[in-house]
Amino acid sequence: MDSTKMGFLGDGGKMWLKWWEKILVTEKRKETLASMCDERARMLQDQFNVSMNHIQAMSILISTFHHAKIPSAIDQKTFAKYTERTAFERPLTSGVAYAVRVLQSEREQFEKQQGWTIKRMDTLEQNPVHEDDYVADALEPSPIHEEYAPVIFAQDTISHVISIDMLSGKEDRENVLRARESGKGVLTAPFRLYLGGVFEIESLVEKLLQQLASKQTVLVNVYDTTNRTHPIPMYGSVVSGDEFYHVSFLNFGDPFRKHEMHCRFKQKPPWPLMAIGTSIGILIIALLVGHIFHATVNRIANVEEDYHKMIELKKRAEAADVAKSQFLATVSHEIRTPMNGVLGMMNMLMDTDLDVTQQEYVRTAQCSGKALVSIINEVLDQAKIESGKLELEAVLFDIRAIMDDVLSLFSEKSQGKGVELAVYVSDQVPRQLIGDPGRFRQIITNLMGNSIKFTDKGHIFVTIHLVEEVFHSIEVERESTSKDTEDTLSGFPIADGRRSWEGFQAFSHEGPLGSFSSSASSSSSSSNDFINLIVSVEDTGDGIPLESQPKIFTPFMQVGPSISRKHGGTGIGLSISKCLVGLMNGEIGFVSEPKIGSTFTFTAVFTNACPNSNEFNKTQQINNQPHPASSEFLGMAALVIDPRPVRAEVSRYHIQRLGVQVEIVSDLKQGLSAVTDGNVAINMVLIEQEVWERDSTMSSHFVNNIRKIAEVDKGIPPKLFILVNSSSSFKASSATSCVHNPTVVTKPLRASMLAASLQRAMGVGNKGNPRNGEHQALSLNHLLSGRKILIVDDNSVNRTVAAGALKKYGAGVVCVSSGIEAITMLTPPHEFDACFMDIQMPEMDGFEATKKIRHNENSENNKELSIHLPILAMTADVIQATHEECLKHGMDGYVSKPFEAEQLYREVSKFF
Amino acid sequence: MDQLQLQRELRDYEAAMFQQGFLDDQFSQLQKLQDDSSPDFVIEVMTMFFDDSEKLLNNMSRALEQIPVNFKQIDAYVHQQKGSSASVGAARVKNICATFRSFCEAQNRDGCVSCLQQLQKEYSQLKKNLKYLFRKQQEIKGGGGAIPTGE
Repeated sequence: MDSTKMGFLGDGGKMWLKWWEKILVTEKRKETLASMCDERARMLQDQFNVSMNHIQAMSILISTFHHAKIPSAIDQKTFAKYTERTAFERPLTSGVAYAVRVLQSEREQFEKQQGWTIKRMDTLEQNPVHEDDYVADALEPSPIHEEYAPVIFAQDTISHVISIDMLSGKEDRENVLRARESGKGVLTAPFRLYLGGVFEIESLVEKLLQQLASKQTVLVNVYDTTNRTHPIPMYGSVVSGDEFYHVSFLNFGDPFRKHEMHCRFKQKPPWPLMAIGTSIGILIIALLVGHIFHATVNRIANVEEDYHKMIELKKRAEAADVAKSQFLATVSHEIRTPMNGVLGMMNMLMDTDLDVTQQEYVRTAQCSGKALVSIINEVLDQAKIESGKLELEAVLFDIRAIMDDVLSLFSEKSQGKGVELAVYVSDQVPRQLIGDPGRFRQIITNLMGNSIKFTDKGHIFVTIHLVEEVFHSIEVERESTSKDTEDTLSGFPIADGRRSWEGFQAFSHEGPLGSFSSSASSSSSSSNDFINLIVSVEDTGDGIPLESQPKIFTPFMQVGPSISRKHGGTGIGLSISKCLVGLMNGEIGFVSEPKIGSTFTFTAVFTNACPNSNEFNKTQQINNQPHPASSEFLGMAALVIDPRPVRAEVSRYHIQRLGVQVEIVSDLKQGLSAVTDGNVAINMVLIEQEVWERDSTMSSHFVNNIRKIAEVDKGIPPKLFILVNSSSSFKASSATSCVHNPTVVTKPLRASMLAASLQRAMGVGNKGNPRNGEHQALSLNHLLSGRKILIVDDNSVNRTVAAGALKKYGAGVVCVSSGIEAITMLTPPHEFDACFMDIQMPEMDGFEATKKIRHNENSENNKELSIHLPILAMTADVIQATHEECLKHGMDGYVSKPFEAEQLYREVSKFF
Repeated sequence: MDQLQLQRELRDYEAAMFQQGFLDDQFSQLQKLQDDSSPDFVIEVMTMFFDDSEKLLNNMSRALEQIPVNFKQIDAYVHQQKGSSASVGAARVKNICATFRSFCEAQNRDGCVSCLQQLQKEYSQLKKNLKYLFRKQQEIKGGGGAIPTGE
């Protein structure tokens, strides 16, 4: 809004004000004046009427006492006295006189009677003098007329009019005649003399106005307007007042004469201060409003401008973010390729003739290179997650196998550190889940990797439960927490893991699990399809300093620079884990107490592969599906001697996976009685290292007793196993070993490894010569036995070696030398359980062949549940890019060439 | 005691081959695969490797003589050779193959020729050593002894 408009507004305001003032103010004034004027006129009239009435009364009095009585009861003196006393009754009159009708015939007698002659007043009319000045005697006697109206009585104030003939005055004569005719009082022109009384309009009005307060403000003029053109002013000075006046008509009871009262204000109307004030006020308000409006408009304009700037900045920021992610992705990828070369060359360098120092240098360089590649992979993951490109797979997997696998990855490290490592998977977790095993593994590996980095004593304990299971146990556990804080895996105190997931939405009562709490068994179908897992990784390490805890999930954030110097790493792992957990519809949380340890907990949602078998009442059924490598243990019974319930439970879990019944006791004495009195024959006794070493005499006593009992009863004593944390820490006591040498089982316990140990010791399965790597070989033997595997490789030597390896493990192997042959072999229906595929082959490479095979599988089985043959790539490429490439082309995993038993086992175990 | 002597000799010889880089861990993996069900697995595989390698080496030298040189073809041969040598744990041969391939990639004929010469030298050395090793093993076996493993 600009100023001209505002000016217009002001002008308009003024004009309006003027109009308003005119209409309202003058209208009001007019009204006031009219009412004042009317009021005055009415009062004047009233007063006049009152006087008139009295005069009439007086004339009646005279007629009564003068004419009706002879001799008259009234003389001049009485009349004067009476009238004087009653003067207040006639405020309008200055005096009262009474004239009587005298005919010519009676004049003489009358004059005689009165003692004076009738005098005329014509002359008086022509030379008006003041009343007091003329004397009646000086007047001429009235000429002869037909009749006369001489004043006989008069008030003292006008006693000079006595004897004057009223009919002699021209005006008066008419009036008198008229009055006689009408029988009423008449008004005369304002003469000094009047029949019956003299009215003083001037004093009347004066008196009247005195009674009214507003005498000063209003000017009153009274005019006799009988003659319209020449009104006779009766009262009031001709003072210039307001040009405006109001006219009220007066009626003095005489129809022949007209009177008007003109009223006007003495002062000109005052300046309309109110109006001025109001208009100024309105002007100011208008100005203010205008200003506010202007300011508002300006502000809106500013804000809009800012908004546009913001939008621009936001766009730029987003673009920068995208660019950053793209940059990271591109750069990481570009770095990986040459790193491949560097690592390869490094490998070659290692194999040349180097002295010890040089070898050390090369090894360091190689380690650094590998670390760099893993960091790049992490950064790439982060970039992918940020740009939303990371998608999870949905494939069938066995979570227990994954955990075994992860365990084997960390077992060496944990054994080296003397830290106890254990995994426990709840029985209620289904065997087969559908989800992304690789990413799940990545999360677990990351958490465990962190734990193992910061833990030098105690334990690392991974537990996997169903969320609802934990949910139900919350209350129970809460009660028992205070009693045994020492009830942990290694006896070291731990941070209370429950606090780490207290904030999880899944546990709030409004959360999706609300239904579980009410109806566990009759839960809806959705709870069967989706498996909500809660995984916690508990350690007894350094813990996270309190001040670092809030930013632990921030990318590249580490506890402190000294930490990264000591332990390495990018600090990106937890951030990635959090993202991955988010992608799995889960939540991650932790609780950590410095010097005590940390517990990380996350939830993840997977799909149940066989929903029908997952109802809680079928738990037994799941238990009855033993580890495939261990069917020969089915029906056996084991005794675990372990004073710590948690650890015993972990042992029970692993042994039970082999199909073995497990009984737990806390010390050797109870163990002995369990073996002796138990209804079931115990086939094996597993003793914790600390129990075994606590008292060697007790141990040997136990061993001897067991042997004796066995000899008496059945002849086969139960086998003894000692569970140890690291093989080096176990000092076999010669005393016992010579009698009954127990087998040492090194933790962490894994089903496959345990199976191998048991097989070896108990003589179940085929007896192999005890060579290194036998454990894996044995377990693989059963893992692969009866499986048919296709090997595709153009290199005959490779083919032979691979075939030899797999055959050795009991698999039926068929070899082909090209992708095309592989496709023909693998066109459904076929009887292969897995396929190992070389990637680099002439004519058709592994990727293409896999694609074709997958295509065939899908087209053939699109109606039923599709068959998915595990295809594993064989490649010499160590870099992850190749792995991803493999997955992209529909492969399920990869083994690096040349084969290594452990790796082969790891990959194959995922699928069987 | 003659057996023990032989066994020790064999072990030392094998250890020396590992130490000198002729063989690597993959060879011991191979040895582990050998058991009662396939008593001559290593020798079978190695024989196959020798046949394969000789064929490939011939192909390589022939391809290098051609003009223009088909580097792609040679690279494929070398890749094959590298793969099989990796599988049997012939470390030195494998390493030369890696270098060879980079020369192929760079289309460097001279480099390829010198690599081939080196490869031939290494290969014959390996073959000679392995043949000796196998002979020793057979001797021990003939004497009824067990073959010690590479550890």
